Amino acid sequence: MDTTTNTPEKTREVPARFAHIKGWGADLDHAMRPAYPMERMPARLEGDHSHPPVQQAQTVEILQSIERPSITPIFGTPQPPSGISGMLRRAAFGYSESDLRHWLMLLFADRVNMVEGLGADLMRGHVPNLFAEMGGKAEFKYNRQAAIQKAVVVSAVVGLGLLLWSQSKGRESDRRHHRHSGRHLHGRY
Amino acid sequence: MLAMNYRGPYRVRAEQKSAPYIEHPGDAIIRVNRACICGSDLHLYHGLVPDTRVGTTFGHEFTGVVEEVGSSVEKLKVGDQVLVPFNVFCGACYFCQRELYSNCHNVNPEASAIGGIYGYSHSTGGYDGGQAEYVRVPMADVGPTVIPADLDLDDAVLLTDAYPTGYQAAEMGDIEEGETVVVFGAGPVGIFAAKSAWLLGAGRVIVVDHVDYRLEFVKNFAQCETVNFKEVDDMALHIKKMTDWMGADVCIDAVGCEAAGNFAQSLTGIKLKLQGGSATVLHWCINSVRKGGKVSIVGVYGPTFNAIPIGNAVNKGLTLRMNQASVKRHLPRLIEHIQAGRIKPSEVITHRMPLEEVADAYHMFSSKLDNCIKTVLVPPRAMAST
Repeated sequence: MDTTTNTPEKTREVPARFAHIKGWGADLDHAMRPAYPMERMPARLEGDHSHPPVQQAQTVEILQSIERPSITPIFGTPQPPSGISGMLRRAAFGYSESDLRHWLMLLFADRVNMVEGLGADLMRGHVPNLFAEMGGKAEFKYNRQAAIQKAVVVSAVVGLGLLLWSQSKGRESDRRHHRHSGRHLHGRY
Repeated sequence: MLAMNYRGPYRVRAEQKSAPYIEHPGDAIIRVNRACICGSDLHLYHGLVPDTRVGTTFGHEFTGVVEEVGSSVEKLKVGDQVLVPFNVFCGACYFCQRELYSNCHNVNPEASAIGGIYGYSHSTGGYDGGQAEYVRVPMADVGPTVIPADLDLDDAVLLTDAYPTGYQAAEMGDIEEGETVVVFGAGPVGIFAAKSAWLLGAGRVIVVDHVDYRLEFVKNFAQCETVNFKEVDDMALHIKKMTDWMGADVCIDAVGCEAAGNFAQSLTGIKLKLQGGSATVLHWCINSVRKGGKVSIVGVYGPTFNAIPIGNAVNKGLTLRMNQASVKRHLPRLIEHIQAGRIKPSEVITHRMPLEEVADAYHMFSSKLDNCIKTVLVPPRAMAST
């Protein structure tokens, strides 16, 4: 690109009030602006690009928007659809991109996929370190007070949950005991 | 190889996974030496982008060394040090022929409205990203640019997205000499948009955010005025008062779908996902710009819909321009700006962390801890050589 044209910066025509701003007006001339005009032909790419790329071999399942006639020549292959989330994603791709159901089903599939990910971790004997995965170390280092507050709140909620659970279990046990005693009494009389 | 691995909202880890391989004759395999976390990666991290699959490696801002090339690659050579634009694009389709590389129609089977992006969900083509030791780069003769010998690697990695996106934001504002430009968002893209506005001849640049340390940074980096919106009752009214009751000539949305500042928008757009993100900044842009003014949008929004005051935009006769940056078309000029000393993009980098600490890096960026503005992840082998 030619940068020797008479930009304000080059010709020292920068207004005094902008003199402290390095490069002021260097691209004031629209011709200096790299994306002007918006649609620029021919494209400034090296080489011959008159033909579309050859088709990439499809080795895994690729979901395709129904707003396209066919799969694109190039695509990514990691994480093909699988499991229940995969079924949801396949169903989502039955709708067009302008249909809200398409996107909501994909978001729901993402949440299901998260649970599947946890299950897959446990299946291979890996217990995820949620503290580390959520940046707990950084939180404790740079936001210690909030980290302690969170830890206290989480501990309190978990403790309360355990307490309520143990109490309800105790009540259930008592009820079972009473029912059992009742049947016994009925049987006796 | 070691790679960032997404496990669900707010959960990532560094983990070994299979290394990429040549899947198409136009591919290259790049050994990554720098990978940034982008503000838009946080939308993935927060679980807001549909079809973000567990196991995906994020990262669309990276540089590296060419490790291997496919049989049809002619220009790129093994050993070349390259920066890779975040767009995956073919160079041959209707849109690429018009330099609209971010809108390439040949690289994303999963959607027709969106182009291809590295490490940005299957909604953008399902490519793994560069927050890893190695990454597959399709169309290697089209996308990657060999890094000039005099260009610092940290400046180069910011040319893959953040700086070109900020520049394009200003450029789409079609700034004329002396115009007043308001940039919403003091993240890296907003910072570069503010700096670029001066290069395009703006007469006044105002940046709006609510994070004080970022406002302080942009005030020094881009010599602009700043406004903390938490100290303002009504944003549009405030801009009117600052501009002699006319409104700004150009408003730039460099925030996108996770904008704070309006409870109803945050509730419906972020928490309940009833719209494609919080449209608070779009509101502010439309209502703060003058009649006949220009609104430039580079903030990322979801694919569904947003509640915005389109009636006001019509009544004011606004020009709305928006797109993902077509990085490749900007590179020659932006490299010149760096070489001429007009801008030093790497000054926005506040944190350099090993890839192994990716979970902490994401959390710090997301929660704005330790005055974080921009984080660069460095894979183990590259870390050893720095």
